[in-house]
Amino acid sequence: MKSRIRRLGAIVTLFGLSATAQVHAQVSFERLLNAEREPENWLSYSGTLSNHRYSLLDRITTANVENLRLQWVWQARSLEKFEATPLVVDGILYTVQAPNDIVALDAATGRIFWTFAYEPSPDARTCCGRVNRGVAILGDTLFMGTIDAHMLAIDARSGQLIWKTKVAEAAERYSITMVPLVVGDKVMIGTAGGDMGIRGFVAAYDVKTGDEVWRFHTIPAPGEFGNDTWSGDSWMTGGAAVWNAGAYDPETNLVFFGTGNPAPDWDGRSRLGDNLYSNCVIALDADTGELKWYYQFTPHDELDYDATQVPVLADIDWRGEPRKVMLWANRNGLMYVLDRVTGEFLYGKPYVALNWMDGFDEQGRPQRVPGMVPTPEGTLIRPHVHGAINWAPPSFSPRTGLYYVAHWENSGIIVVEGQSPRPIGINRRQTTMGQVNLQPFFNNDEEAYGVVRAYDPDTLDPVWEFRMGDITWGGVLSTAGDVVFSGGKEGYFFALDARSGELLWRASLGGQVNSGPMSYAIGGRQFIAIAAGSSLFTFALP
Amino acid sequence: MRTIAHTLTVLTLGIALASSSARAQHETAFDIEDGARAFAQSCANCHGPDGDLIAGIDLGRGLYRRPLSDAEIADIIVNGIPDTPMPPTPRMNEQQAYRIVAYLRSLEIAPAAVADSGNAARGKLIFEGKGACMDCHRVNGQGSRVGPDLSSIGLLRRAAELEQSLLEPAAEVQPSNRFYSVTPAGSEPITGRLLNHDTFTVQLFDTDERLRSFVKADLLDHGFVDTPMPSFQDELGAQEIADVVAWLVSLRGTP
Repeated sequence: MKSRIRRLGAIVTLFGLSATAQVHAQVSFERLLNAEREPENWLSYSGTLSNHRYSLLDRITTANVENLRLQWVWQARSLEKFEATPLVVDGILYTVQAPNDIVALDAATGRIFWTFAYEPSPDARTCCGRVNRGVAILGDTLFMGTIDAHMLAIDARSGQLIWKTKVAEAAERYSITMVPLVVGDKVMIGTAGGDMGIRGFVAAYDVKTGDEVWRFHTIPAPGEFGNDTWSGDSWMTGGAAVWNAGAYDPETNLVFFGTGNPAPDWDGRSRLGDNLYSNCVIALDADTGELKWYYQFTPHDELDYDATQVPVLADIDWRGEPRKVMLWANRNGLMYVLDRVTGEFLYGKPYVALNWMDGFDEQGRPQRVPGMVPTPEGTLIRPHVHGAINWAPPSFSPRTGLYYVAHWENSGIIVVEGQSPRPIGINRRQTTMGQVNLQPFFNNDEEAYGVVRAYDPDTLDPVWEFRMGDITWGGVLSTAGDVVFSGGKEGYFFALDARSGELLWRASLGGQVNSGPMSYAIGGRQFIAIAAGSSLFTFALP
Repeated sequence: MRTIAHTLTVLTLGIALASSSARAQHETAFDIEDGARAFAQSCANCHGPDGDLIAGIDLGRGLYRRPLSDAEIADIIVNGIPDTPMPPTPRMNEQQAYRIVAYLRSLEIAPAAVADSGNAARGKLIFEGKGACMDCHRVNGQGSRVGPDLSSIGLLRRAAELEQSLLEPAAEVQPSNRFYSVTPAGSEPITGRLLNHDTFTVQLFDTDERLRSFVKADLLDHGFVDTPMPSFQDELGAQEIADVVAWLVSLRGTP
């Protein structure tokens, strides 16, 4: 009897292993390209390489979302902000414990499979927290950038290190907080450090070996086009860091990355010129890293308006014509529609209170308002130094055709020539960076506030708005159930009607939401996941 | 000549060895100015231009999560605090860090100097008597809790700010001292000091000294109201105001 049970057990175990092995089929690049065909998984940072952060799962709808229940919580051993969006691959959830540990959890129960622990070099420097926004996957390998400027490849089954490549020198203030982008047999990454005088770049590595394949510097060297947009030697330390998620368009084989502000941030006197390719979106050939086009959102920036938002690629009828566009709500307070094939500026307009520009020329270059620059006396500039939005991921729903953005409104700052910016108003905490835990909040109605807005790509006008008391550093998810999920600094995670913005459900998570929501399914049951405080929360219908 | 050089070396060493605790007090105006510049460049992005942007920390008023010596602050500036968002600043040397400390300490000692014209003992009598300040405020366990507790106000506010609060109380109300009114259905308006609010709820310390929390959707009306703090412009003379300010500046925490 005993031996029969043992034998049965062995068979079950074998079957289990074999089933697991089968279920955990390699995540081919083909799967990444067609991620919408398997909405039960979440295979890249924003779900697809076009960054729609839209889930085709439709079990949770506007009619039943009010019944969402907490399923499980995973608490990170970290005092840092939880900015990562998890991946889910065939029932396994992968996420990052800040700064650079990776955990694999059972996506149904939150129970842990393995932890990969990484101790960054003491040389690691970050401007704004020892954070990480997530991992990428290809085959059975997870990829993560580290705050000491390395790229790691980790075995997704065992949690063991496969290779480790130095991307840049941590001691020279290069660090990595962004999620890598996998395209074909390459994994691409840039670095943070733009405020600390690095020279920005994005580089591609061989997924098998970690060898560098190409590197594109976001500041041209002498002799290259654009170097003359930097006076003197300022190009050597001009920033233009690539520190947030990129996108990939298979039809053109282009990868798109936003670039950060030029350095020094608030004093452009030592770097006269447009400072290419700071504050740009750059379109690079995915095979070679060759620049195909660029568009500069804020030439010669002196207000720290990084253009490091998540590019959203959409094939839509734009003003009656089918167009391959890129939607971009920028930190500088302007929202854009670009032709992603050519880089042509199609349309742009302010989406928040803004006073530093008052129109575009024919090429889409912003026309500065005279005097709206740092001065010895100080100048009130809108939006605030943290912008109208920062890095949080937006969403695009092909069902509603709307572009959903969580950002903040009514912010401003006094900029003094050569010095740090000074927030206006008595409440100087109006747009401070996200923190882990909740803080007492006292803003009045005249001070900055957060919103989730749905924008019509044709007009860039808001269709609806959900207003929050405090600002938000949270992202947005839309679903085929016509539900939009988001959260903010107040620690609420909520569901809105994707067509009207009506509040349908909310949960108080006890920590600030500094991440983007995502969705996956286990056995046909739809889950919604969001990180808040230092924990990851999941919700589902009963 | 060699003797002079030797003496200088000894003096320099002596100064360096003696520096830690007394260092900030012996910095020059130039050092403080330089510290201010370094603070703006290296610290203000997170801590804010006045050093008060991180909850529980007010660098300009010497409020840290725990009391810190000059040497400890300088060490934190250079090396950061492991496992917290406070990063190291490796390119900053010890001397530069001490200049920042000197700048911060110079901000801390400013209030006492300004309040010299008043008499704290007389100010205490006015505070507790004619001014009726304790009808709203509390000091060292005595008085009302409705207004801000002033037991440590000398650490938190400078003399000029306190004087302004007495003469023009509505001119600048600290966000955490704002008053808010709510009107629940079937109830008179309830007013109190705002402790916190968000999209959906509001938390007050009401005028009956109760902690109250409300769901905004359940309220008929809610919103900010003017500060109930009266002006003492016409109630107290100039010397009396100076005396009260001196008393307030002397309040530096429960003994």
